Parts: sequence; C-alpha cells; structure tokens
Amino acid sequence: MPRVLVIAEHDGTTLNPSTAKCLACAAEIPDAEIDVAVFADGGAEIATSAAQLESVAKVMLADNPANQYPLAAVIAPQLVALADGYTHLLGPSTTFGKDLMPRAAALLGVNQISDVMAVLESHKFKRPIYAGNAIVTIEAPADSPVVATVRTASFHSVGAGNSATVEQVSPAAEIPDHTRFVELQAGKSDRPDLQTAATVVSGGRGVGSSENFDIIFKLADALGAGVGASRAAVDAGYVPNEMQVGQTGKIIAPQLYIAVGISGAIQHLTGIKDAGTIVAINKDEDAPIFEVADIGIIGDLFQIVPELQETVGS
Amino acid sequence: MERILVGLKRVVDYNVRVRVRSDGSGVETDGVKMSINPFDEIALEEALRIRERGEADEVVVVSIGGKESEQQLRTGLAMGADRAILVDAGGRVNPLTGARIFLELVNREAAELVILGKQAIDDDNNQTGQMLAALWGRPQATSASKIELSGSTLKVTREVDVGLEMIDVDLPAVVTVDLRLNEPRYVKLPDIMKAKKKPLDQIAIADLGVESAAAMTELTFEPPEQRQKGVIVDDVAELVAALKEKGLM
Repeated sequence: MPRVLVIAEHDGTTLNPSTAKCLACAAEIPDAEIDVAVFADGGAEIATSAAQLESVAKVMLADNPANQYPLAAVIAPQLVALADGYTHLLGPSTTFGKDLMPRAAALLGVNQISDVMAVLESHKFKRPIYAGNAIVTIEAPADSPVVATVRTASFHSVGAGNSATVEQVSPAAEIPDHTRFVELQAGKSDRPDLQTAATVVSGGRGVGSSENFDIIFKLADALGAGVGASRAAVDAGYVPNEMQVGQTGKIIAPQLYIAVGISGAIQHLTGIKDAGTIVAINKDEDAPIFEVADIGIIGDLFQIVPELQETVGS
Repeated sequence: MERILVGLKRVVDYNVRVRVRSDGSGVETDGVKMSINPFDEIALEEALRIRERGEADEVVVVSIGGKESEQQLRTGLAMGADRAILVDAGGRVNPLTGARIFLELVNREAAELVILGKQAIDDDNNQTGQMLAALWGRPQATSASKIELSGSTLKVTREVDVGLEMIDVDLPAVVTVDLRLNEPRYVKLPDIMKAKKKPLDQIAIADLGVESAAAMTELTFEPPEQRQKGVIVDDVAELVAALKEKGLM
C-alpha cells in the first residue's frame, strides 16, 4: 500500500493553502495512506489545521527552534529522517517546495518529479515541460521512493472536516549552521492572495509605469480581486517580483482572470491556462493573448479599465 | 576565492515555439535553434562580475551533454569565462546524475562557488543546484536576485512567493539564479575570435567515475489542451453583460 508523506507549507503561524492542494494530489494515488509533516518552531496550531484536512491519517509535528524559518538545508535532513517507510514524499511546487524537495530527493538518492499535474497510477504522472508547450507522461522507478512537487493549480483543495491525530516527532538529523535566515521582505497587501483569489486582475508592459498601475489596483479592489503582473511589468519595475504570473512566477487558476495590457508571451500563458474565464484588454488586436481569451476587448486600457471599474463599483 | 564553476546547458532557444511530434515520441528538435539556457547566461554574467570585482580568480564554464554543447561553451568563453569543460555524456543526463557530475568536478577543481540557472527551460525541472548542494553537504541559495560577497559568506536575496528573502550562506556554496539578478553582456566579435584559443577540456562521462542515477521513464508526449478562442466584444457594457451571463459578476 502506498504511504504518502505530504510536507506542509506555512509562514510560522498559518498553514498555506498549497498543503490542501498537495493532499488532493496525494489522495489520487490509489489506496494511499497519507500523513503530513510540519517542520516549525511552535507549530501546534499549524499542525491542528493540517489535522483538520480530509484524507490525512496522521500529522507529525517536528518542533525545533532551528525550524523557525523554512531553510531547505535545515529541513531536508529532518525530512529524510522521517521518510523511512514512505513510498511517496510530496511538497508543493511553490518557492518553498522547489527549494526543499530536490535537496531531500538527492539525499535519498532519487530524481524528483517536478510539477505533477495529474496522477495516473502510483508511479505514473503527467507533468509540463517546455513552459507548458508539451505534457509528458512519466513513470518513476518502482523500487525507490517517489519524491515530487505538486503543481497546485492543477488540483482542488481537500475539505477540512477531519480530526487526525497529531504526533510530536524529533527526527534524528544533524542540522547545519552554514545557512542562516536574515530577513523576509514580504509585500504587504490587504488584497486577496494572488494564488488563491477567485478573481485576478493583471497588468503588463502596456500599463506603462508604476503610477499607472494604480488603475489596475482600483479595478481589482472594485472586484475584490488579487493583483498580478506579467514578467515585463515586473522587470520594468512597475510592481514587485511576488506579483509575477507565469512559467517562472506563479501558476494560478482563478475563476476569472483579467489581463490588462499583456501581450501574452507563452511563458505568461502557461501560468494562467487553468483559469476559468480569461478576459483580455489590449490595444493590439494581433496580441497572442486574444488566442486564449474567452472574452476580448480591443482598445485603450486607460479608457476601458476606469470605465469597467466604475460599472462594477456602481 | 580561487574558482567559480558555472553550468551552461544547451537548450532549444527560448524564442522557438516547441511542438510535440505527431507520434508522441518527443518534441521536435531537428533543425531548431539551440542556445545557452537563459538562466545559465545570467549565472555566467554574475560569475564574471564577481571575478571583475577581484573577488574570484577564475571562472570555469561546464556543460554536460553531447559534443555539440561545445558551441554553448565557446559562447561562454567569448562572454569572458577563462576555460571550459565539456562532459561528454552522449546526450542529456537526469538532474541527479548531473549533480553527481558537478560534485566530481567541484572536487577536482577545488571550486568554492557553483552558480547555476534555477531551471533549464527545456525540462523545467529546477533540481540540479539543490541536489548538488545536498550531495556536497553545503548551502544552497536558490532563485537569487542579488549576491554580495562578505568575507567567506555570501549574502543572497532570493525571490520567494511572498516577496524577497535574505539569507547568509557560508562558502563553499551553490547559488541558483533568477531572471532579475543581472542583464547578461553581449558578445563582441573580437571576443569570439579570442574564445577559439581558450582551453576547452573534454572529459568522457565514463572517465569521471560517476554512477548514473535511475531516470524517470518518459512514456508519451502530448500537446497541452488548447483553450478555445473566444469572442471579441465592442465595449465595456458588452463585456459586463458577457461576464454576468457566465455568473462571474
């Protein structure tokens, strides 16, 4: 029987929604028994949240002052110490999971499956390559543990009606001091989180400046939406990096995505292909974004966006 | 520090629209333009800047693959790398095998810093740097957007989902780079001529004494599901009406 260990992601106080999506992926592995590992410093509440998630059999909480910050070099050896007996280790394909999981895989002597988008069998998965231009079906060796990151946009979250047991664990691992956390500069925002928002408004190079991005924020606020950006807008310094949507930014799946002044490079489109409805606002009728948009409107974004905001707000 | 190793992977150029072969056996790479993985170019640029600041003596570029990867190494030498190593593996290797090869080269070259792209734009794996750091038992700083050397410690800014994370890592270490770390320099014609005379060692993978890791079996390839082209509306009123019809407003 497959035994799956899902590595919880959190910010020190709250469980990240990526964990519930990893569990949905884990639950698709036939006949799997699923546990969760929480590496934290004072993580009792986080562990309790994880224990409420459906399909979880047991939560292991490794409380340790060294786990205050999510350093891969610190967590990976502890994860490997807990991995004995598990057939699968799953983490989210977020910057946390991408940093941690390959380090653990190497310590276990296996390759990793990155960005699982579908589970076919216990060792057979689909994943995107070439910025999503191709999907490959791969089979992992049957005789060694499967280490994988989960493309969270491909899975719905599991529900939260469970009450699994929480067990304190102290994995026997040597914790290095060669890697030290200094500071986190997190973007402060009262808006819905880009990765979980039902509606997202994104701006691209066409928005033109940091000041002009204000119209994107205003429209987003009228819609109760999260705000994203194309790589071009981030590179140009209009908005910070955490807002980037695409192959090397965030992969998102909102119900409604409104792309404003975004031409639609393939690297951007791969980040939104699971969106429910895509709306494109662009003055260039030949922009590739119109090839994937469900609803397009060709024209000057500086007229359309404020008008849309007023219509929505009234 | 004495030496920085930089990995340069030969990949399909980022401007090429990759297509899946009609029989599902792979993606079409015949006659397609090949380039240095864009993230690796940024890695090399950063290594060159560290050397130009007098903080490193030598930059060695490494490629693992077929003999044709020499092209990408020559470009790296033209950008300013001092010498190159081509590990002839007859073709591509999986990330863990690649990490084992890098570790062997790190030991042979006594490198103190390895800078790699955070991912290659062909298989999008994002694994090799983390795996090398694990096998080496040394720090990793992934998705770096700023690197500063302070004594024997690197101060690295990382692009993470919620913003920017600053960490300190002691050398030796592995850094993987993100897009906004720097803008790579253009290669000038005289540098291309000079690069032809720079040393390029070829090592057969068999001579490294590295054990290949079990790879994933690639069964089939398929194109992604295409979204249907939608409708074009004339004004905001029509847009709002269309969204209301879909229950989105």
